[in-house]
Order: sequence, then structure tokens, then C-alpha cells
Amino acid sequence: MNQAVDKLTVADYSSDQEVRWCPGCGDYAILKTIQKLMPELDKPRENHVFISGIGCSSRFPYYMNTYGFHTIHGRAPSVATGVKLANPALDVWVITGDGDALSIGGNHTMHALRRNVDLNILLFNNEIYGLTKGQYSPTSKVGTRSPSTPEGSIDRPLSPGAIALGAGAPFVARSIDTEMKHLSAIIKEGYLHKGASFVEILQNCPIYNDGIFEQVKDKKIAADFRIEVEHGQPLLFGKDSNKGLRLNRESLELEVVTLGNNAALEEILIHDKTNITQANLLAAMQGPQFPIAVGILYHNPVTAYVTDLEQQRLVLRETRGKGKLEDLLNSGHIWEIK
Amino acid sequence: MSAITLEAVANASHSPQSQALEDVVVRFAGDSGDGMQLTGSNFTEVTALFGNDLATFPDFPAEIRAPAGSTFGVSAFQIYFGSEDITTSGDAVDVLVAMNPAALTTNLETVVPGGLVIADAGAFNEKNLKKANYDSNPLEDGSLDAYRLLTIDIHSQVLAAVEEFELGHKAALRCKNMWTLGLVLWLFDREKDTTIENLQKKFAGKPEIANANIAALNAGHAYGETAELPTGVNVYKVPKAKVAPGTYRNVNGTQALAWGLIAGGQLADINLLFASYPITPASGLLHALAARKEFDVTTFQAEDEIAAVCAAIGASFAGSLGITSSAGPGIALKTEAISLAVSAELPLVVVNTQRGGPSTGLPTKTEQSDLLQAFYGRHGDTPLPVIASSSPSDCFEVAIEAVRLATKYMTPVMLLSDGYISNASEPWLIPDIKDFASFPVEFLTDPEGFNPSLRDSDTLARVWAKPGTPGLEHRIGGIEKSYETGNISYDPDNHQLMTDTRLAKVAGISADIPEQEVALGENKGKLAVVGWGSTFGPIHQAVKRCRLEGLDVSHVHVRYLSPFPANLKALLSGFEKVLIPEMNTGQLVKILRSEFLIDAKGLNKVSGQPFKIREISNAIKAELA
Repeated sequence: MNQAVDKLTVADYSSDQEVRWCPGCGDYAILKTIQKLMPELDKPRENHVFISGIGCSSRFPYYMNTYGFHTIHGRAPSVATGVKLANPALDVWVITGDGDALSIGGNHTMHALRRNVDLNILLFNNEIYGLTKGQYSPTSKVGTRSPSTPEGSIDRPLSPGAIALGAGAPFVARSIDTEMKHLSAIIKEGYLHKGASFVEILQNCPIYNDGIFEQVKDKKIAADFRIEVEHGQPLLFGKDSNKGLRLNRESLELEVVTLGNNAALEEILIHDKTNITQANLLAAMQGPQFPIAVGILYHNPVTAYVTDLEQQRLVLRETRGKGKLEDLLNSGHIWEIK
Repeated sequence: MSAITLEAVANASHSPQSQALEDVVVRFAGDSGDGMQLTGSNFTEVTALFGNDLATFPDFPAEIRAPAGSTFGVSAFQIYFGSEDITTSGDAVDVLVAMNPAALTTNLETVVPGGLVIADAGAFNEKNLKKANYDSNPLEDGSLDAYRLLTIDIHSQVLAAVEEFELGHKAALRCKNMWTLGLVLWLFDREKDTTIENLQKKFAGKPEIANANIAALNAGHAYGETAELPTGVNVYKVPKAKVAPGTYRNVNGTQALAWGLIAGGQLADINLLFASYPITPASGLLHALAARKEFDVTTFQAEDEIAAVCAAIGASFAGSLGITSSAGPGIALKTEAISLAVSAELPLVVVNTQRGGPSTGLPTKTEQSDLLQAFYGRHGDTPLPVIASSSPSDCFEVAIEAVRLATKYMTPVMLLSDGYISNASEPWLIPDIKDFASFPVEFLTDPEGFNPSLRDSDTLARVWAKPGTPGLEHRIGGIEKSYETGNISYDPDNHQLMTDTRLAKVAGISADIPEQEVALGENKGKLAVVGWGSTFGPIHQAVKRCRLEGLDVSHVHVRYLSPFPANLKALLSGFEKVLIPEMNTGQLVKILRSEFLIDAKGLNKVSGQPFKIREISNAIKAELA
């Protein structure tokens, strides 16, 4: 454990810049959670690099007293990939939003995950475009009324988790902006995972999409509308933990059952975070007929891109030795003119 | 255009003895699958080893495997070699090798009257003639009377030569390019050893293929020695060129550029991240660097052009030098990110191997139509240095310059090459890297008084503080930054100051580049022919020839396009007239007219083919008439 890191606190990770999100924005809670988590991560401050694109969430790096780069819309995963390739020792974070990561930057998100670049990708999903004043986003529910969809949006939303799994992400999780303990634990797991980690954070926009996640956040009713998945544990939820998820072996779909009513405990699916099929089913669940799954949906490490890259170089250096420019220029057919 | 044409030699002599030529242009043309590029590159190597100066021009279709025998599937390789300095791949063809009717019909108009046409009669069957739109066989109907025709049934010759290897009909016929090469080697009195060595290497795992190709090569050569050839077809000798002593190799623009970037990285003492997305004709650079991981270069094939440039920018932020590469359409996609690098003041090298545009345009053909894009093709006021290579070997030095300017001034640099330069090759006096001054980058490490907006008072370059350095944690981005602190600033006066500073930084580079010199001729006079990029070769030859005729004309070649060398305006004002040949509709001419208020005139060509020397010399003569 690095002593110097141990002694750092939230204040040490706060930059001198005034935070300019709207009052009540979920981003404040996320920022605070990450600033508090930082000292626990056993790395000096200068080792952390936060890369963002464009959008409300992408202002994040300005408020972290670490290295940071506020880039252009949608391209944070690509810039972050370049940072990681240039210096694999750095801890590289990508802060992005639903529009940034899944609309304009969908391609880069997909390929960073597919390549398994060791990035910690945090997607703040508020299901709306905030910075451009409230247009619907690719995660907005059908019927979302916005300045660009006055009669309600008609295109169907995508599930960030399903997209990440489809792209081959080896770590996919979901958490909630204001659930500091849960969020912190999830982000830490993602950080410790070697390879690409993808954490979707349900984040409230109090101005343009207020209360969109209220069912999963409101302590009074949340237990019935969300399921906290834990590896090796049965997939139970509800105020009395008496509801559960069962796999219909005919249709290969999940169904919500009630213990003692239409199901026994043995029939409840046990969460296996290494099972991609189960993760896909969990990520795709939508309310109100299904609970929203939070926690680590999938975690199945494979060798990270940069590790393989360095291995290739190592092997090559062993056979070819370190390159000498003079030899390269004089390779192949050369001839002397006297 | 030979100083002494084959026709003249043929008319002057009916003896079987060999004849001397100053220079000659040979063009190999055949089906995409006929192996013309391999034939051409082998002939080039032999010619260079012999000691001729030379330049080559591979001219191939965009289709990877066009239907056999079609006119749009014709692939050609032209080489111009001689005993004088050669800077173009030649105007008119002295010897055309046509492997089928399509190759003949698409290339015949490039051949000089009286030139030698070698045709494979075996491919001039009814089917192929029809595909090439011939109503009758040109080898027999007298339509080629203006040329000297050498008709050989190469098909039969090859099948006989490789019969013993029992390759099967199709594989056996694939050796016909080597049979043809054997004949052409004989024609110019060249050795076969190098080609035999190459074939053994190329087909190391398939000795029967290697041996069959070698047998075909020998048979073609022997055919020249023993067959009764038409009058005037005999061995031609092209004496060695008088070139500077030293060690030489052949190099194409792609190789020289890749090696120049590696050299630049070493001189800057920095790792390179080369991030690119495949696009013709720029992909070769990605391949060349991907094969060189024993050097401090990492290559990254990104998911698209934007990801490529963004990864390069990320690498530069992290303390490597990011480099990205594309052709015009890909550069268009990168421009938002290039502007970010301008705003964030990070080093970046952007290589544009230009091709015919707009849109997909002519992907395998050459053009210079992205100059205005390089200058102005971004949003906002985003000045950046633009430099261009003039020839395949020049790419080496230009790449080093791009690395130097990017790292010294913390700026993106646009390096313009083109499809001709990237594929063409020429002999190169191998440089000694010790002759280049190093320019090691300096990363800030001292936290005392640090903020990310600090800049060098001379160069105006922003400091480079890389992540991982204790005490220098900072944030940068695309939002306008305070000149004083580097923090976000929407202050009106500050934006004016930052815009002016970015402009002044790039403008100041003019004091850090060589003064503009005249490539050929006097420093003042009646006419300056001003060029940039790959028009160097034909302009140089045209000016040289016109000067030999006594015309008052000079050649000015501009490598540094933005900013221009400080003395360029003064130099050009010393000429009564300025003529600017470009492979576009007039781009440099627009810039020079607007920057310097001079009455420059354009000479423009956008056929996808390089200028011919005579096109430029005719324009010179018209200007001076």
C-alpha cells in the first residue's frame, strides 16, 4: 500500500475549478463517490487520467485533480485508447454519457470494448441530451417528449448493457448515481478488472428528464423494481425478497415468479457472472414487467489488448533485437557507386 | 522521351550490333493477374543495380481482380532509365510490352511513333480481341505499321519452357511475365542473376514454382539471343548514369516516409504511435510501420478514420508522438479532431497520401487536390504547418521535418504526399542518420509555477507535461482556455489573444525553416515555374530542357507550404511571370495570389496521371513567346 496515497482525501482529488452542473444533478453524487474512492485505489494521483467526450457528464475531468482531457463528442474511447497504448502503466478512465457513448460515439465504444483495451468506462445514462437542452437520446423511452420530438419519440431505445455485452465487453455492470456505497463498490471492481470495464450509471437529470429512474431509486418502492445481482446468489428481489427470476426452459426467457406462490427457491436462477447468456438476459430486462438489474452483470476476464500487444513486441524484440535504423536503410539490395 | 529514339537507332543501323541510348522508357502492360508489377519491380532492381538513374510509375486499376482481358483490368508499370539524371517516369513510351489486346489498346497512344511494341500473340484470340473492342487483330491488320512490332506467341513459348515441371496449364501460363522479363533483360543487355535470386526467395517454400519461373526467364532471354528478330530489334545499351558516389538502394515513397518517421522519432527521442484506417493509396504506410515493431513504433489499425486520429492525439497527450495517415476522404473525417489538437496544442503528424477526388474519385490515381483542404479544411481559425514531399526519396527528410515541427511547436503538422510518390520508386543515396541534427523533446517535470498554459517565449509552444508526472496533474480540452492559467475561459479578450497566439505560433515557424532557394536557374528573370509535391520531376526536366534551349526560366520548388519561407514573396517578385503547374484546378496559385498579390498563372491537369515533361515545357514556351 502506497503511504502517500493512503493519506489523500476527497479534497486532494478535487480540482480548483467550480463545479458547474445544475443543482440537483446526479453527476454531483457520482463525482463525490469517485473522489472518495480514489484514495482507496492504491495508485498515486498522477497515475489517473480521465478522458471525456462532450456532454454534461464530460465536464467531469475538469473537477478531478488528476490528469484529464476533455475531448470531442463521442471520441473519448479512441483518445483513451491512444493514451493507454502510449503508456500502459496509466489508469485510464472514460467518462461518457448516453448520447456521447451510444449515439455519436457508438462505434468507438463498441470497438474499445471489443478490443478489450484496459479502460474504465463509466457511462452516465440520464436518457436525455442535457447540454444541448433536452433532446431525446438513444436510451430515451419510446414516447419521450422533447424539443426535437414534440409528439413523443418513436424510435426504440437501446440497452447500454446489452450493447456492451454484444461488443464483447468482459466486465459489464450497472449502478445508480445516488447509491454511493453500491456505486463505489462496482466502480472499484471495474477498476480492479484488467481489461475493459463498462459501468452504466443510472443518473437523474433534474432539468430535462427528472425522476426517470424514480422507481428504482425511491427507497419505498425500489425493492420491487430493481434486482441487485450477486455472483453465486439466487436472483431474488422485492420488499420481502420473495420474488425471483426463473428461466423458462421452453422459451429461454426469464420470468418473474413469487416464492411460495408459483415457484420454489430451487427454481430461482443463481447469478453466475461468468455466464454470458444469463448476463444478456439480465441486461435486457426492462421495467415495469421486469426489475432493473444492478450490480456486476458479467465478469469474465480475457487478456487485455495492450498485454497482447506488448507480448508481440517482446517476442519480436527477442528474435529481431532492437531495431537499428542504419540496418533498416541498408537492408535489401544495395549497391555502391564509387 | 528518349534523346535518341529507338526509331532513330533502327533507321541508322541494320547491323546486329548493340546500340547506345541515353535514356529509354519501358512500359509493361497486362492483365491485373499477369504480374506486371512484379515484372516491373524486378526490371527496376536490375536497372538500378546496373547503375542507371531511373524513376518508375506503377499504374494499376482500383479493382483487385478485374475480369480477365478487360480494358479496365489493365495493370501497367512504367520505368524511365538513363545515363542522365532522371526525375520523372517519362513522357512517351519507347518500348511497350502488351500481354493482351486490352493492354495494347489502352496503352498504345503513349508509345512514340517508331517505338517497339512487344505483343504476346498467344493472348490475341477472338475472345480477348472482342473484350478490347478490336474488330480485327491489330497484330495482323497493319494498324500498327507506325510502330516496330515484335509479335511472339509467349503462351506457347512459356508452356514449352516449363513443361518439365508439370505445373498444369494455368500455373504454367503464370510464368509468362518472367519469360517476358527475360526477353526485355536481353534487350537491354542486363544480367538475370538478381531476378533469379529474387524468385528463389519469393518462392522459397515452392521450389517447383521458383524453378519454373527461372526456366521461363532463361527461355525468354535465350529467345532474344537466338531467334530471328525483325530488323532493328537488337540489344540496346544504356550507359550508367554519373551519380554521386555512395551506397544506394531503390526506395518508394511509402518506404521512405515510414523510415523517415522512425528516424524522426529517434531524433526526437520519442516513441511513435501510428494510428490509421485502411484507405488506398495510404494503407502501405500502415503496413510498412506495422512490420517494424523492433523500433519504438506502435501501430494501431483503428475502427475508423476518426478513431485513428483521436488515438494519435491521445498518445501525444500521454507523451508519445501520435501520427495518423489517410487519403483525402479520410482526412476530411479527421478534421474535427485535428482542430482539437490545434486547440489543445498537442503534437500530431497527419499524412495525406492524396488521390483523385472528390469522394471516392480515383483511388489508385494521383492528384494534388487536397492542398486547400490542408490549409483551410477545418472549422474555426485553425492554422497548422503544411509541408509536402517532392519525390519518393524526399519523403524521408520531409517526414523528419514533420516530426521536428510537431514536437517543437506542439502542433499538428500536415504532410502531403500523393499516390504517385507513394508507389513510385527511385534510387536513393542512403543517408547517414548521424548527419541529421537531433531535436530531443523536453517533458516538463518541475511542478514549481506550473500550469498547462505555460509556453516557450521564442516558439510560443505550450509546455508538454505528460500524465504520470507527479505534481503536474492538469486538465486540457477543446474549450477555449485562459492564456494565463489554462483553465476554461469564455472571456472575449482572451479568445482574441488565444486565436492570435495560435496564429503567431505557426507563422513564427517561417523563421525556423530554410530560406526558399531556386531549384534550377537564376534568382530572378522572366519566368519562375513554381511547384510543390510530386510535380517536381516533370517541372525540373522541363525547365532544364528549356534552359538548354536558352530560355530564361527558373524552377522554384516549395516544400514548406504553410507557413511559406520568409523570403518566398521577395524571390517570386524578382520574376516577370510566375507559372504554377499543379495536378488540381489551381490551388497553390490561389494561395500565392491571395498571400502575395502576384499575378501567378496556373497550369492545371487532373487526369489522374502525372504531368508529362512536354506539357510543362510547352507551357513555358507559350509564356515566354
